[in-house]
Amino acid sequence: MTAPRKIPMVSYLALDDGAAHLVGQRCTHCGAIFFDRRNGCASCGETDFAAAPLASDGTLLAFTIVHRAAPKVPVPYISAVVQLDGGGVIKANLVGVPSDPAAVDLGGRVHLTTFVAATDDDGNEAIGFGFTPAAAVEA
Amino acid sequence: MSSVWIAGAAMTAFGRHRDRDLIDLGAEAAMAAMRDAGVTIHDVGLLAVGNAYEASGMVAQRLLKQIGQTGIEAYNVFNACATGASAVRIAHLAIEAQQVDVALVVGAEQMGKMGMLGAANKARGDKQVFEPAGRFGAVIGTEGVLGTGLMPGVFAQAGTDYARQHGVTFEQFAKVAVKNHAHSVLNPLAQYRTKYSLDEIMSAEMIAYPNTVLMCCPTGDGAAALLLLSERRRAAMDPAQRARSVKIAASVLTTDPYTPTGHAQPDINTLTRDAARRAYELAGVGPDDLDLVELHDCFATAELLHYDNLGLCEPGGAGAFIDSGAPWRDGRLPVNVSGGLISKGHPIGATGVAGLYEVATHLRGEAGDRQVDGATVGLAHVIGLGSACGIHILERAALGS
Repeated sequence: MTAPRKIPMVSYLALDDGAAHLVGQRCTHCGAIFFDRRNGCASCGETDFAAAPLASDGTLLAFTIVHRAAPKVPVPYISAVVQLDGGGVIKANLVGVPSDPAAVDLGGRVHLTTFVAATDDDGNEAIGFGFTPAAAVEA
Repeated sequence: MSSVWIAGAAMTAFGRHRDRDLIDLGAEAAMAAMRDAGVTIHDVGLLAVGNAYEASGMVAQRLLKQIGQTGIEAYNVFNACATGASAVRIAHLAIEAQQVDVALVVGAEQMGKMGMLGAANKARGDKQVFEPAGRFGAVIGTEGVLGTGLMPGVFAQAGTDYARQHGVTFEQFAKVAVKNHAHSVLNPLAQYRTKYSLDEIMSAEMIAYPNTVLMCCPTGDGAAALLLLSERRRAAMDPAQRARSVKIAASVLTTDPYTPTGHAQPDINTLTRDAARRAYELAGVGPDDLDLVELHDCFATAELLHYDNLGLCEPGGAGAFIDSGAPWRDGRLPVNVSGGLISKGHPIGATGVAGLYEVATHLRGEAGDRQVDGATVGLAHVIGLGSACGIHILERAALGS
Protein backbone atom coordinates (compact mmCIF):
# COMPACT_ATOMS: atom_id res chain seq x y z
CA MET A 1 0.00 0.00 0.00
CA THR A 2 1.30 3.40 -0.99
CA ALA A 3 1.48 6.31 1.43
CA PRO A 4 -1.55 8.63 1.45
CA ARG A 5 -1.25 11.50 -0.95
CA LYS A 6 -2.55 15.03 -1.30
CA ILE A 7 -4.55 15.23 -4.52
CA PRO A 8 -5.84 18.49 -6.02
CA MET A 9 -9.62 18.20 -6.17
CA VAL A 10 -9.59 19.60 -9.71
CA SER A 11 -6.89 19.46 -12.37
CA TYR A 12 -6.52 23.26 -12.61
CA LEU A 13 -5.24 23.48 -9.03
CA ALA A 14 -1.44 22.95 -8.78
CA LEU A 15 -0.24 22.14 -5.25
CA ASP A 16 3.46 22.70 -5.98
CA ASP A 17 4.78 21.71 -2.54
CA GLY A 18 2.70 24.18 -0.62
CA ALA A 19 2.91 27.05 -3.12
CA ALA A 20 -0.56 26.24 -4.41
CA HIS A 21 -1.87 28.19 -7.39
CA LEU A 22 -4.34 27.84 -10.24
CA VAL A 23 -3.29 26.91 -13.75
CA GLY A 24 -5.26 27.96 -16.81
CA GLN A 25 -5.03 27.15 -20.49
CA ARG A 26 -4.17 30.42 -22.19
CA CYS A 27 -4.93 31.00 -25.87
CA THR A 28 -1.58 31.91 -27.41
CA HIS A 29 -3.32 34.24 -29.86
CA CYS A 30 -5.70 36.37 -27.78
CA GLY A 31 -4.79 35.47 -24.21
CA ALA A 32 -8.25 34.20 -23.17
CA ILE A 33 -7.99 31.81 -20.22
CA PHE A 34 -9.90 28.53 -19.80
CA PHE A 35 -9.86 25.87 -17.11
CA ASP A 36 -10.74 22.92 -19.34
CA ARG A 37 -9.66 21.70 -22.78
CA ARG A 38 -10.87 23.52 -25.89
CA ASN A 39 -10.43 22.70 -29.57
CA GLY A 40 -10.76 26.28 -30.71
CA CYS A 41 -10.61 29.37 -28.54
CA ALA A 42 -14.10 30.51 -27.48
CA SER A 43 -12.93 34.09 -27.85
CA CYS A 44 -11.00 34.14 -31.15
CA GLY A 45 -11.27 30.66 -32.68
CA GLU A 46 -7.50 30.07 -32.86
CA THR A 47 -6.29 26.63 -31.85
CA ASP A 48 -3.08 26.90 -29.83
CA PHE A 49 -3.09 26.93 -26.03
CA ALA A 50 -0.37 26.89 -23.38
CA ALA A 51 -0.57 26.14 -19.66
CA ALA A 52 -0.40 29.38 -17.69
CA PRO A 53 0.17 29.71 -13.94
CA LEU A 54 -2.32 32.26 -12.60
CA ALA A 55 -2.06 34.84 -9.83
CA SER A 56 -3.36 33.99 -6.37
CA ASP A 57 -4.56 37.53 -5.69
CA GLY A 58 -7.73 38.95 -7.09
CA THR A 59 -10.92 40.94 -6.70
CA LEU A 60 -14.34 39.75 -5.53
CA LEU A 61 -16.70 40.34 -8.46
CA ALA A 62 -19.85 38.72 -7.08
CA PHE A 63 -21.07 36.47 -4.29
CA THR A 64 -24.10 34.75 -2.85
CA ILE A 65 -24.71 33.21 0.55
CA VAL A 66 -26.25 29.80 -0.04
CA HIS A 67 -28.76 28.70 2.59
CA ARG A 68 -30.60 25.97 0.71
CA ALA A 69 -28.27 23.61 -1.16
CA ALA A 70 -27.93 20.19 -2.70
CA PRO A 71 -28.11 17.26 -0.25
CA LYS A 72 -24.95 16.73 1.85
CA VAL A 73 -23.65 20.24 1.15
CA PRO A 74 -23.22 22.05 4.49
CA VAL A 75 -24.93 25.44 4.67
CA PRO A 76 -24.67 28.34 4.89
CA TYR A 77 -21.62 29.03 2.77
CA ILE A 78 -20.49 31.89 0.55
CA SER A 79 -20.02 31.27 -3.17
CA ALA A 80 -17.76 33.82 -4.86
CA VAL A 81 -16.68 34.86 -8.35
CA VAL A 82 -13.12 36.18 -8.39
CA GLN A 83 -11.19 38.11 -11.03
CA LEU A 84 -7.55 37.05 -10.72
CA ASP A 85 -4.88 39.70 -11.22
CA GLY A 86 -3.35 39.36 -14.69
CA GLY A 87 -6.26 37.32 -16.07
CA GLY A 88 -8.60 34.45 -15.28
CA VAL A 89 -12.00 34.43 -13.59
CA ILE A 90 -12.84 31.62 -11.20
CA LYS A 91 -15.62 30.51 -8.89
CA ALA A 92 -14.94 29.13 -5.42
CA ASN A 93 -16.07 29.61 -1.84
CA LEU A 94 -15.20 32.66 0.21
CA VAL A 95 -13.81 31.17 3.43
CA GLY A 96 -13.02 32.64 6.82
CA VAL A 97 -15.87 35.15 6.50
CA PRO A 98 -19.13 34.94 8.50
CA SER A 99 -22.21 34.11 6.39
CA ASP A 100 -23.54 37.63 6.73
CA PRO A 101 -23.81 39.98 3.75
CA ALA A 102 -22.50 42.84 5.91
CA ALA A 103 -19.25 40.90 6.43
CA VAL A 104 -18.57 40.47 2.71
CA ASP A 105 -16.44 43.14 1.03
CA LEU A 106 -17.93 43.11 -2.49
CA GLY A 107 -15.30 44.42 -4.89
CA GLY A 108 -12.60 43.87 -2.26
CA ARG A 109 -9.25 42.11 -2.50
CA VAL A 110 -9.02 38.35 -1.91
CA HIS A 111 -6.24 35.75 -1.79
CA LEU A 112 -6.19 32.05 -2.67
CA THR A 113 -6.16 29.53 0.16
CA THR A 114 -6.35 25.73 0.24
CA PHE A 115 -7.97 23.21 2.58
CA VAL A 116 -8.62 19.50 2.88
CA ALA A 117 -12.00 19.04 1.20
CA ALA A 118 -12.36 15.29 1.74
CA THR A 119 -10.40 12.12 2.61
CA ASP A 120 -10.85 8.79 0.85
CA ASP A 121 -10.67 5.27 2.28
CA ASP A 122 -6.93 5.05 1.54
CA GLY A 123 -6.29 8.24 3.51
CA ASN A 124 -5.68 10.34 0.41
CA GLU A 125 -6.66 13.97 0.88
CA ALA A 126 -8.54 15.95 -1.78
CA ILE A 127 -7.23 19.50 -1.58
CA GLY A 128 -9.76 22.18 -2.40
CA PHE A 129 -9.28 25.90 -2.77
CA GLY A 130 -11.13 29.02 -1.82
CA PHE A 131 -10.53 32.69 -1.27
CA THR A 132 -10.08 34.69 1.90
CA PRO A 133 -10.06 38.47 2.32
CA ALA A 134 -6.58 39.81 1.53
CA ALA A 135 -6.59 41.85 4.76
CA ALA A 136 -6.85 38.62 6.77
CA VAL A 137 -3.77 37.25 5.00
CA GLU A 138 -1.70 40.35 5.71
CA ALA A 139 -2.71 40.53 9.38
CA MET B 1 -40.14 40.36 -46.04
CA SER B 2 -43.71 39.38 -45.25
CA SER B 3 -44.82 39.28 -41.64
CA VAL B 4 -45.75 36.38 -39.41
CA TRP B 5 -48.93 36.74 -37.35
CA ILE B 6 -50.37 35.27 -34.18
CA ALA B 7 -53.95 34.30 -34.92
CA GLY B 8 -54.56 32.11 -31.88
CA ALA B 9 -53.19 32.20 -28.35
CA ALA B 10 -54.04 30.16 -25.28
CA MET B 11 -52.64 28.86 -22.03
CA THR B 12 -53.75 26.55 -19.26
CA ALA B 13 -53.64 27.66 -15.67
CA PHE B 14 -50.11 27.25 -14.29
CA GLY B 15 -49.76 25.32 -11.03
CA ARG B 16 -50.04 21.74 -9.79
CA HIS B 17 -51.97 19.55 -12.22
CA ARG B 18 -51.51 16.24 -10.41
CA ASP B 19 -54.31 14.45 -12.26
CA ARG B 20 -53.24 15.47 -15.79
CA ASP B 21 -50.14 14.54 -17.75
CA LEU B 22 -47.94 16.58 -20.07
CA ILE B 23 -49.96 15.63 -23.15
CA ASP B 24 -53.29 16.53 -21.51
CA LEU B 25 -51.92 19.98 -20.71
CA GLY B 26 -50.36 20.51 -24.15
CA ALA B 27 -53.54 19.33 -25.89
CA GLU B 28 -55.75 21.70 -23.91
CA ALA B 29 -53.59 24.68 -24.92
CA ALA B 30 -53.22 23.47 -28.53
CA MET B 31 -56.95 22.94 -29.06
CA ALA B 32 -57.76 26.32 -27.51
CA ALA B 33 -55.21 28.14 -29.69
CA MET B 34 -56.58 26.53 -32.87
CA ARG B 35 -60.17 27.30 -31.82
CA ASP B 36 -59.13 30.89 -31.07
CA ALA B 37 -57.75 31.21 -34.61
CA GLY B 38 -60.71 29.48 -36.26
CA VAL B 39 -58.59 26.66 -37.70
CA THR B 40 -58.41 22.91 -37.16
CA ILE B 41 -55.50 20.48 -37.10
CA HIS B 42 -56.14 19.90 -40.82
CA ASP B 43 -55.01 23.46 -41.54
CA VAL B 44 -51.74 23.13 -39.60
CA GLY B 45 -48.59 22.52 -41.66
CA LEU B 46 -45.97 22.41 -38.93
CA LEU B 47 -45.84 21.76 -35.19
CA ALA B 48 -43.07 22.90 -32.84
CA VAL B 49 -43.27 21.70 -29.25
CA GLY B 50 -41.15 23.01 -26.41
CA ASN B 51 -40.59 20.77 -23.40
CA ALA B 52 -37.72 20.26 -20.98
CA TYR B 53 -38.26 17.26 -18.75
CA GLU B 54 -39.39 14.76 -21.41
CA ALA B 55 -37.25 16.29 -24.15
CA SER B 56 -36.12 12.88 -25.41
CA GLY B 57 -39.67 11.52 -25.34
CA MET B 58 -41.06 12.64 -28.72
CA VAL B 59 -43.58 14.95 -27.10
CA ALA B 60 -44.66 16.57 -30.40
CA GLN B 61 -45.60 13.21 -31.90
CA ARG B 62 -47.43 12.17 -28.72
CA LEU B 63 -49.33 15.45 -28.85
CA LEU B 64 -50.33 14.81 -32.48
CA LYS B 65 -51.69 11.42 -31.48
CA GLN B 66 -53.79 13.26 -28.90
CA ILE B 67 -55.12 16.05 -31.18
CA GLY B 68 -54.88 14.76 -34.77
CA GLN B 69 -52.26 12.55 -36.38
CA THR B 70 -52.04 14.28 -39.76
CA GLY B 71 -48.46 13.37 -40.66
CA ILE B 72 -47.12 16.95 -40.66
CA GLU B 73 -43.52 17.87 -39.93
CA ALA B 74 -42.94 18.35 -36.23
CA TYR B 75 -40.05 19.47 -34.04
CA ASN B 76 -39.21 18.67 -30.44
CA VAL B 77 -37.45 21.70 -29.03
CA PHE B 78 -35.30 22.14 -25.95
CA ASN B 79 -33.27 25.24 -25.06
CA ALA B 80 -33.39 25.28 -21.25
CA CYS B 81 -35.67 28.07 -20.00
CA ALA B 82 -35.73 29.59 -23.50
CA THR B 83 -37.35 26.39 -24.84
CA GLY B 84 -40.79 27.88 -25.52
CA ALA B 85 -39.42 30.94 -27.29
CA SER B 86 -37.16 28.69 -29.36
CA ALA B 87 -40.19 26.69 -30.51
CA VAL B 88 -41.88 29.96 -31.53
CA ARG B 89 -38.73 30.94 -33.40
CA ILE B 90 -38.66 27.67 -35.37
CA ALA B 91 -42.28 28.12 -36.47
CA HIS B 92 -41.53 31.75 -37.30
CA LEU B 93 -38.54 30.75 -39.45
CA ALA B 94 -40.60 28.16 -41.32
CA ILE B 95 -43.35 30.66 -42.17
CA GLU B 96 -40.91 33.43 -43.02
CA ALA B 97 -39.11 31.03 -45.36
CA GLN B 98 -42.50 30.32 -46.99
CA GLN B 99 -42.30 26.62 -46.20
CA VAL B 100 -45.70 26.62 -44.46
CA ASP B 101 -48.58 29.06 -43.99
CA VAL B 102 -49.96 27.75 -40.70
CA ALA B 103 -47.86 26.58 -37.75
CA LEU B 104 -48.82 25.47 -34.26
CA VAL B 105 -46.46 26.13 -31.35
CA VAL B 106 -46.99 24.42 -28.01
CA GLY B 107 -44.96 24.70 -24.83
CA ALA B 108 -45.85 22.16 -22.16
CA GLU B 109 -44.34 20.99 -18.89
CA GLN B 110 -45.31 18.65 -16.06
CA MET B 111 -42.70 19.15 -13.34
CA GLY B 112 -44.49 18.29 -10.13
CA LYS B 113 -42.89 19.38 -6.88
CA MET B 114 -39.37 18.44 -7.89
CA GLY B 115 -37.59 20.78 -5.50
CA MET B 116 -34.62 22.92 -6.41
CA LEU B 117 -33.50 22.17 -9.96
CA GLY B 118 -30.20 20.37 -10.25
CA ALA B 119 -29.94 19.69 -6.54
CA ALA B 120 -30.76 15.98 -6.77
CA ASN B 121 -28.01 15.01 -9.18
CA LYS B 122 -25.31 17.37 -7.99
CA ALA B 123 -24.84 16.03 -4.49
CA ARG B 124 -21.27 15.73 -3.33
CA GLY B 125 -19.88 12.39 -4.45
CA ASP B 126 -19.19 9.47 -2.14
CA LYS B 127 -16.25 7.89 -3.96
CA GLN B 128 -14.24 5.51 -1.84
CA VAL B 129 -10.96 6.18 -3.63
CA PHE B 130 -10.28 9.46 -5.42
CA GLU B 131 -10.06 9.21 -9.19
CA PRO B 132 -10.01 12.33 -11.36
CA ALA B 133 -13.14 12.44 -13.53
CA GLY B 134 -14.60 14.70 -16.17
CA ARG B 135 -12.99 17.56 -18.02
CA PHE B 136 -11.94 19.33 -14.82
CA GLY B 137 -10.34 16.20 -13.36
CA ALA B 138 -12.52 16.49 -10.25
CA VAL B 139 -12.01 13.86 -7.54
CA ILE B 140 -15.06 14.97 -5.55
CA GLY B 141 -18.22 16.87 -6.43
CA THR B 142 -17.54 20.58 -6.67
CA GLU B 143 -21.01 21.95 -5.82
CA GLY B 144 -20.75 23.74 -2.49
CA VAL B 145 -16.95 23.36 -2.34
CA LEU B 146 -15.99 25.51 -5.32
CA GLY B 147 -18.97 27.84 -5.11
CA THR B 148 -22.43 27.10 -6.42
CA GLY B 149 -23.75 26.37 -9.88
CA LEU B 150 -27.39 25.92 -8.91
CA MET B 151 -29.86 28.43 -10.27
CA PRO B 152 -30.73 30.46 -7.15
CA GLY B 153 -27.05 31.08 -6.47
CA VAL B 154 -26.11 31.76 -10.07
CA PHE B 155 -28.79 34.42 -10.40
CA ALA B 156 -27.96 35.79 -6.96
CA GLN B 157 -24.35 36.23 -8.08
CA ALA B 158 -25.53 37.95 -11.25
CA GLY B 159 -27.41 40.31 -8.93
CA THR B 160 -24.50 41.08 -6.62
CA ASP B 161 -22.26 41.64 -9.65
CA TYR B 162 -24.73 44.35 -10.73
CA ALA B 163 -24.88 45.64 -7.13
CA ARG B 164 -21.08 45.98 -7.12
CA GLN B 165 -21.19 48.07 -10.28
CA HIS B 166 -24.34 50.11 -9.69
CA GLY B 167 -25.04 50.07 -5.97
CA VAL B 168 -28.47 48.42 -5.93
CA THR B 169 -29.68 46.95 -2.63
CA PHE B 170 -31.34 43.83 -1.21
CA GLU B 171 -34.47 45.96 -0.72
CA GLN B 172 -34.55 47.01 -4.38
CA PHE B 173 -34.26 43.37 -5.49
CA ALA B 174 -37.08 42.47 -3.08
CA LYS B 175 -39.33 45.21 -4.49
CA VAL B 176 -39.42 43.26 -7.77
CA ALA B 177 -41.07 40.36 -5.96
CA VAL B 178 -43.51 42.68 -4.16
CA LYS B 179 -44.63 43.93 -7.58
CA ASN B 180 -44.89 40.56 -9.33
CA HIS B 181 -46.76 38.87 -6.48
CA ALA B 182 -49.15 41.85 -6.42
CA HIS B 183 -49.65 41.63 -10.19
CA SER B 184 -50.59 37.95 -10.15
CA VAL B 185 -53.57 38.62 -7.88
CA LEU B 186 -55.35 39.84 -11.04
CA ASN B 187 -54.30 36.85 -13.19
CA PRO B 188 -56.68 33.88 -12.92
CA LEU B 189 -54.13 31.61 -14.64
CA ALA B 190 -51.29 32.32 -12.18
CA GLN B 191 -49.88 29.62 -9.91
CA TYR B 192 -49.87 31.96 -6.91
CA ARG B 193 -52.21 34.90 -6.34
CA THR B 194 -51.09 36.19 -2.95
CA LYS B 195 -49.87 39.69 -2.23
CA TYR B 196 -46.86 40.11 0.11
CA SER B 197 -45.40 43.15 1.85
CA LEU B 198 -41.78 44.17 1.36
CA ASP B 199 -41.05 43.03 4.90
CA GLU B 200 -42.64 39.61 4.30
CA ILE B 201 -40.55 39.14 1.15
CA MET B 202 -37.28 40.22 2.78
CA SER B 203 -37.80 38.17 5.96
CA ALA B 204 -38.92 34.99 4.14
CA GLU B 205 -36.59 31.96 4.15
CA MET B 206 -33.28 32.89 2.53
CA ILE B 207 -32.43 30.56 -0.36
CA ALA B 208 -29.33 32.24 -1.82
CA TYR B 209 -28.70 35.81 -0.68
CA PRO B 210 -30.20 38.14 -1.79
CA ASN B 211 -32.99 35.87 -3.09
CA THR B 212 -35.48 34.71 -0.46
CA VAL B 213 -37.97 31.96 -1.27
CA LEU B 214 -40.57 34.59 -2.27
CA MET B 215 -38.05 35.99 -4.78
CA CYS B 216 -37.59 32.61 -6.52
CA CYS B 217 -39.91 31.13 -9.15
CA PRO B 218 -41.63 27.86 -8.25
CA THR B 219 -41.64 24.60 -10.22
CA GLY B 220 -45.02 23.81 -11.72
CA ASP B 221 -47.13 22.37 -14.50
CA GLY B 222 -48.84 24.02 -17.43
CA ALA B 223 -48.95 24.65 -21.15
CA ALA B 224 -49.36 27.49 -23.62
CA ALA B 225 -49.90 27.51 -27.38
CA LEU B 226 -49.85 29.89 -30.34
CA LEU B 227 -51.26 29.49 -33.84
CA LEU B 228 -49.07 31.37 -36.33
CA LEU B 229 -50.05 32.42 -39.84
CA SER B 230 -48.29 33.76 -42.91
CA GLU B 231 -49.27 37.16 -44.29
CA ARG B 232 -51.08 35.59 -47.27
CA ARG B 233 -53.01 33.18 -45.08
CA ARG B 234 -53.98 36.02 -42.76
CA ALA B 235 -55.29 38.02 -45.74
CA ALA B 236 -57.82 35.23 -46.35
CA MET B 237 -59.12 35.29 -42.77
CA ASP B 238 -62.53 36.36 -41.65
CA PRO B 239 -62.27 40.16 -40.99
CA ALA B 240 -63.22 39.83 -37.33
CA GLN B 241 -60.53 37.20 -36.79
CA ARG B 242 -58.03 39.31 -38.74
CA ALA B 243 -58.62 42.32 -36.51
CA ARG B 244 -57.66 40.23 -33.47
CA SER B 245 -54.42 38.99 -35.02
CA VAL B 246 -51.13 40.21 -33.59
CA LYS B 247 -48.03 40.88 -35.67
CA ILE B 248 -44.69 39.36 -34.72
CA ALA B 249 -42.55 42.41 -35.44
CA ALA B 250 -39.35 40.73 -34.29
CA SER B 251 -38.36 37.14 -33.47
CA VAL B 252 -34.79 36.80 -32.22
CA LEU B 253 -32.78 34.03 -30.61
CA THR B 254 -29.19 34.48 -29.42
CA THR B 255 -26.55 32.41 -27.63
CA ASP B 256 -23.98 33.74 -25.19
CA PRO B 257 -20.97 35.23 -26.98
CA TYR B 258 -17.56 34.89 -25.33
CA THR B 259 -16.98 37.06 -22.28
CA PRO B 260 -14.02 36.58 -19.91
CA THR B 261 -16.28 35.77 -16.93
CA GLY B 262 -18.78 33.51 -18.69
CA HIS B 263 -17.13 30.16 -17.94
CA ALA B 264 -17.14 30.85 -14.19
CA GLN B 265 -20.46 32.68 -13.89
CA PRO B 266 -22.95 32.50 -16.77
CA ASP B 267 -23.27 35.96 -18.31
CA ILE B 268 -27.02 36.58 -18.61
CA ASN B 269 -26.52 40.16 -19.76
CA THR B 270 -24.59 40.18 -23.02
CA LEU B 271 -26.82 37.78 -24.97
CA THR B 272 -29.91 39.63 -23.73
CA ARG B 273 -28.46 42.96 -24.83
CA ASP B 274 -27.53 41.47 -28.21
CA ALA B 275 -31.03 40.05 -28.67
CA ALA B 276 -32.69 43.31 -27.59
CA ARG B 277 -30.61 45.39 -29.97
CA ARG B 278 -31.50 43.12 -32.89
CA ALA B 279 -35.18 42.92 -31.93
CA TYR B 280 -35.58 46.70 -31.67
CA GLU B 281 -33.83 47.07 -35.02
CA LEU B 282 -36.05 44.49 -36.75
CA ALA B 283 -39.25 45.92 -35.28
CA GLY B 284 -38.22 49.53 -35.86
CA VAL B 285 -39.16 50.45 -32.31
CA GLY B 286 -37.27 51.35 -29.14
CA PRO B 287 -37.86 50.75 -25.45
CA ASP B 288 -39.86 54.00 -25.22
CA ASP B 289 -42.41 52.60 -27.66
CA LEU B 290 -43.23 49.57 -25.49
CA ASP B 291 -46.53 49.44 -23.62
CA LEU B 292 -45.72 46.29 -21.67
CA VAL B 293 -42.89 43.80 -21.17
CA GLU B 294 -42.90 40.19 -20.01
CA LEU B 295 -39.31 39.39 -19.02
CA HIS B 296 -37.51 36.44 -17.47
CA ASP B 297 -37.81 36.99 -13.71
CA CYS B 298 -36.76 33.47 -12.71
CA PHE B 299 -35.37 35.24 -9.63
CA ALA B 300 -36.00 38.79 -8.49
CA THR B 301 -32.34 39.66 -9.03
CA ALA B 302 -32.66 38.74 -12.72
CA GLU B 303 -35.58 41.09 -13.37
CA LEU B 304 -33.66 44.09 -12.10
CA LEU B 305 -30.72 43.33 -14.44
CA HIS B 306 -33.00 42.91 -17.43
CA TYR B 307 -34.47 46.41 -16.97
CA ASP B 308 -31.00 47.54 -17.89
CA ASN B 309 -30.30 44.82 -20.50
CA LEU B 310 -33.53 45.61 -22.39
CA GLY B 311 -32.91 49.36 -22.20
CA LEU B 312 -36.05 49.98 -20.12
CA CYS B 313 -34.10 52.22 -17.72
CA GLU B 314 -31.07 54.48 -17.85
CA PRO B 315 -27.78 52.51 -17.96
CA GLY B 316 -27.04 51.43 -14.39
CA GLY B 317 -30.42 52.77 -13.31
CA ALA B 318 -32.36 49.57 -12.58
CA GLY B 319 -32.62 50.34 -8.86
CA ALA B 320 -34.04 53.79 -9.49
CA PHE B 321 -36.42 52.28 -12.07
CA ILE B 322 -38.06 49.90 -9.56
CA ASP B 323 -38.06 52.64 -6.88
CA SER B 324 -39.95 54.95 -9.28
CA GLY B 325 -42.82 52.48 -9.66
CA ALA B 326 -42.40 52.52 -13.46
CA PRO B 327 -42.67 48.73 -13.93
CA TRP B 328 -45.93 48.40 -11.97
CA ARG B 329 -49.13 47.73 -13.94
CA ASP B 330 -50.21 51.36 -13.55
CA GLY B 331 -46.68 52.69 -14.06
CA ARG B 332 -44.88 54.15 -17.05
CA LEU B 333 -43.77 50.77 -18.47
CA PRO B 334 -45.54 47.76 -16.92
CA VAL B 335 -43.28 44.71 -16.52
CA ASN B 336 -44.61 41.21 -15.80
CA VAL B 337 -48.25 42.16 -15.29
CA SER B 338 -48.96 38.42 -15.50
CA GLY B 339 -47.14 37.97 -12.20
CA GLY B 340 -44.00 36.84 -14.00
CA LEU B 341 -42.21 33.58 -13.41
CA ILE B 342 -42.00 34.37 -9.71
CA SER B 343 -45.76 34.28 -9.19
CA LYS B 344 -47.48 33.17 -12.42
CA GLY B 345 -45.11 30.19 -12.41
CA HIS B 346 -42.41 28.67 -14.60
CA PRO B 347 -43.30 25.30 -16.17
CA ILE B 348 -40.11 25.47 -18.20
CA GLY B 349 -41.22 24.44 -21.71
CA ALA B 350 -44.40 26.52 -21.46
CA THR B 351 -42.84 29.72 -20.15
CA GLY B 352 -41.55 31.24 -23.38
CA VAL B 353 -44.85 30.61 -25.19
CA ALA B 354 -46.84 31.95 -22.25
CA GLY B 355 -44.90 35.22 -22.39
CA LEU B 356 -46.12 35.78 -25.96
CA TYR B 357 -49.65 34.73 -24.92
CA GLU B 358 -49.64 37.39 -22.22
CA VAL B 359 -48.40 40.18 -24.47
CA ALA B 360 -50.75 39.19 -27.33
CA THR B 361 -53.73 39.09 -24.95
CA HIS B 362 -53.06 42.67 -23.84
CA LEU B 363 -52.58 43.84 -27.44
CA ARG B 364 -55.98 42.32 -28.26
CA GLY B 365 -57.49 44.16 -25.29
CA GLU B 366 -58.64 40.85 -23.82
CA ALA B 367 -56.62 40.69 -20.58
CA GLY B 368 -59.57 41.40 -18.29
CA ASP B 369 -58.82 42.86 -14.87
CA ARG B 370 -55.09 43.09 -15.51
CA GLN B 371 -55.41 44.75 -18.97
CA VAL B 372 -52.82 47.40 -19.75
CA ASP B 373 -55.10 49.95 -21.37
CA GLY B 374 -54.43 50.85 -24.98
CA ALA B 375 -51.44 48.53 -25.37
CA THR B 376 -50.21 48.45 -28.96
CA VAL B 377 -46.59 47.20 -28.71
CA GLY B 378 -45.10 44.70 -26.26
CA LEU B 379 -41.97 42.64 -25.74
CA ALA B 380 -41.53 39.08 -24.42
CA HIS B 381 -38.11 37.94 -23.20
CA VAL B 382 -36.77 34.66 -21.86
CA ILE B 383 -33.33 33.33 -21.09
CA GLY B 384 -32.17 29.76 -20.66
CA LEU B 385 -28.91 29.14 -18.83
CA GLY B 386 -26.25 27.63 -20.94
CA SER B 387 -27.26 29.99 -22.62
CA ALA B 388 -30.05 31.02 -24.98
CA CYS B 389 -32.08 34.22 -25.11
CA GLY B 390 -35.34 34.68 -26.99
CA ILE B 391 -36.97 38.05 -27.58
CA HIS B 392 -40.20 38.67 -29.48
CA ILE B 393 -41.75 42.09 -30.14
CA LEU B 394 -45.47 42.02 -30.89
CA GLU B 395 -47.68 44.71 -32.39
CA ARG B 396 -51.45 45.06 -32.46
CA ALA B 397 -52.96 44.83 -35.93
CA ALA B 398 -53.55 48.31 -37.38
CA LEU B 399 -57.25 49.14 -37.45
CA GLY B 400 -58.79 48.27 -40.79
CA SER B 401 -55.76 46.26 -41.95
